[in-house]
Amino acid sequence: MLRQAQHEGLDRLAVEAVDLVKEFGDTRAVDGVSLAVPPGSIYGLLGPNGAGKTTTLRILIGIIDPSSGMRRVLGRERPLEAASEVGYLPEERGLYPAMHARDAIAFMGALRGLPLHEGRRRADQLLEEHNLGKWARKPIRSLSKGMAQTVQLLGTIIHRPKLIVLDEPFAGLDAINQGRLEEMIRRETRAGATVLFSTHVIAHAERLCERVAIMAKGKVAFDGRVDDARAKLSSIVRLRTRSSDGPWRSALPAGTRREGDEWVFELPAAGPEPLLRALLDGGAGIETLAIERPGLHDAFVAIAGDRVAAAMDQEKVQ
Amino acid sequence: MMRFLRSAFVIARRDFTATVLSKTFIFFLLAPLFPAAMGGLFGGIGARVATQAQHPVVAVIAPKAEFDRLEAARAQITSALGDDAIVKLVGYSPAPDPAAQEKHLLASQDPPIRAVLSGGLDHPRLVGALGNDPATAGQLKLVIGRAKAGGFDKAPDVAVTDVHVSTGSLDADRVNTAWASQAVLFFLTLMLSTMVMSQLIEEKSNKVIEVIAAAMPIDGMFVGKLFAMLAASVLALIVWLSAGALLLQAVKHGGAASLPSPAVGWTTFLALAVIYFAMNYLLFGAAFLMIGAQASTAREVQTMSLPVTFAQMLIFALAATAINAPDSAQGIAAAVFPLSSPLTMLARAAEKPQLWPHVAAIAWQALWVAVILRLGAQLFRKTVLKSGPRTKWWRFGRA
Repeated sequence: MLRQAQHEGLDRLAVEAVDLVKEFGDTRAVDGVSLAVPPGSIYGLLGPNGAGKTTTLRILIGIIDPSSGMRRVLGRERPLEAASEVGYLPEERGLYPAMHARDAIAFMGALRGLPLHEGRRRADQLLEEHNLGKWARKPIRSLSKGMAQTVQLLGTIIHRPKLIVLDEPFAGLDAINQGRLEEMIRRETRAGATVLFSTHVIAHAERLCERVAIMAKGKVAFDGRVDDARAKLSSIVRLRTRSSDGPWRSALPAGTRREGDEWVFELPAAGPEPLLRALLDGGAGIETLAIERPGLHDAFVAIAGDRVAAAMDQEKVQ
Repeated sequence: MMRFLRSAFVIARRDFTATVLSKTFIFFLLAPLFPAAMGGLFGGIGARVATQAQHPVVAVIAPKAEFDRLEAARAQITSALGDDAIVKLVGYSPAPDPAAQEKHLLASQDPPIRAVLSGGLDHPRLVGALGNDPATAGQLKLVIGRAKAGGFDKAPDVAVTDVHVSTGSLDADRVNTAWASQAVLFFLTLMLSTMVMSQLIEEKSNKVIEVIAAAMPIDGMFVGKLFAMLAASVLALIVWLSAGALLLQAVKHGGAASLPSPAVGWTTFLALAVIYFAMNYLLFGAAFLMIGAQASTAREVQTMSLPVTFAQMLIFALAATAINAPDSAQGIAAAVFPLSSPLTMLARAAEKPQLWPHVAAIAWQALWVAVILRLGAQLFRKTVLKSGPRTKWWRFGRA
């Protein structure tokens, strides 16, 4: 049975925030953020470093209180009251170096109300499933960074939470472990959990999320379905013709640009058919024609602006 | 409330096992040996120095029979006042040149001579560096007077029957018990306080703090950490007390039971000692945990340790004023002031038999433990957990 089904109020939002503001001295880190995370969804918080993602997540799970605004987590306005149903992976990973891997996982479960013996039993099982069985009784300090991150992630889900909050979970992981983490996130949502995670890597959000919030400078620039974000932009047409000039050129919409030997322009609102007809009638000699649906990155650039997008691309490279 | 206690227990269990099961806990258990050894070493040196420096020797130039009379007179006086109360005498037979002998003796290093007495009992003459020491001349007058009076074997006999305790001796013993128990409690807390101050450094340096803060109220974490350290300390205290009792049993006939009984009796006193140790530790621990939580590094903790130690010594001094005067204004003030209350009340338990003041004091101290913990947790949330600029201490009230 799905975990969500065990929970009352299926239609209630897993996380809700209204006009959250957080000020640190003269700095407004979070500026009127409103979010709505449906239960059972994978929800991405996208934005460059300093956009206010971590502060927003910390407010949502109750580590810090907002200066103003309202938050509700699994139906509770005091998030710590729902702590036993929430799993949280902070951006800065932290484990006791002297603790054994299984004890570290069980300890994190115990913090959330899971009995220690049950936590150890589940920890052994999870470590085996992640090929870390032989490290179960080894101290954290003897594990590689990737292994330690996996241990912390397992500690985040050991108590089978209804809401999993991950702050930059892909940071520091190699491609293989990133793939495993994506699969783990999908598995948890299939089991009924809601996953809310922050990232500055758009590709992860694009692959995983049904809904995203795009943050910049403490504000939410967009909150909704990934498809809705993409729909804010028209599809892009890439056209290659045998003829370099002719009457067909008048069929190309305003704003058409030349990229190499291709013509690039937005798909007109009337759709591809009138365009194709005009090109054929005008003797363009269509060699190739591709209609590209805009990606989340394009939507992000359109929503957050070029500079924010460039900053995120830079962080991704680093 | 159950959730809060369960969270605190999870932290306490982790900290307790991490402390007690570490190899360094063995060194912690051995800690009292170091001050004991240092005390023995420096005490021995100090006693030897004091013996040489504070007990002058007077050289007596006189025939043996006369010197024996002086020694007998001195022995009679010291039997009442103690050997250290009267100058020591060393006899020398008269030499042909008295002036040269006197000069030679005053220059002697072995033994060092404070003054030279010559001229016999009828015309005594004292020469020496006595400007700052009028007592030596006075003591010698007493000895010479007694020697001239004679009758050393005619002192009246007094039948002496030794009883275990009398009110006069009990009062003095209880003051000693009060002082000793206060001192032990103070040094134990002093030793533990810096450990408490660094309790949160581990979580802050390895970033576990955010995992904990996201799962439970900060108050619960503070309580868990404080009680874990208390449990480890009580465990150590039991080991130390047991070892002390065994040692006493080995070196003193009757063992611990032969010690003078405090006013409330040994059983109640020991129970109160444990409670007041816990309260003293919790009060200082809560305050130090609050202060230490502001530190980010071990170096910052070390910097904070010195003023904290001085503050503790001031509080110890305040509590010490209540010894022998627990009902005075100072004594009551020291009992009411939360941080000096456990020390003061333990001394009171040694001196006064009433129990109700202890019930009131323990409740009062427990209230302050809760207040300081609450304040510490709020301060921690305000000043440390924020991911932006930290609120300054002096701005805390306005934050």
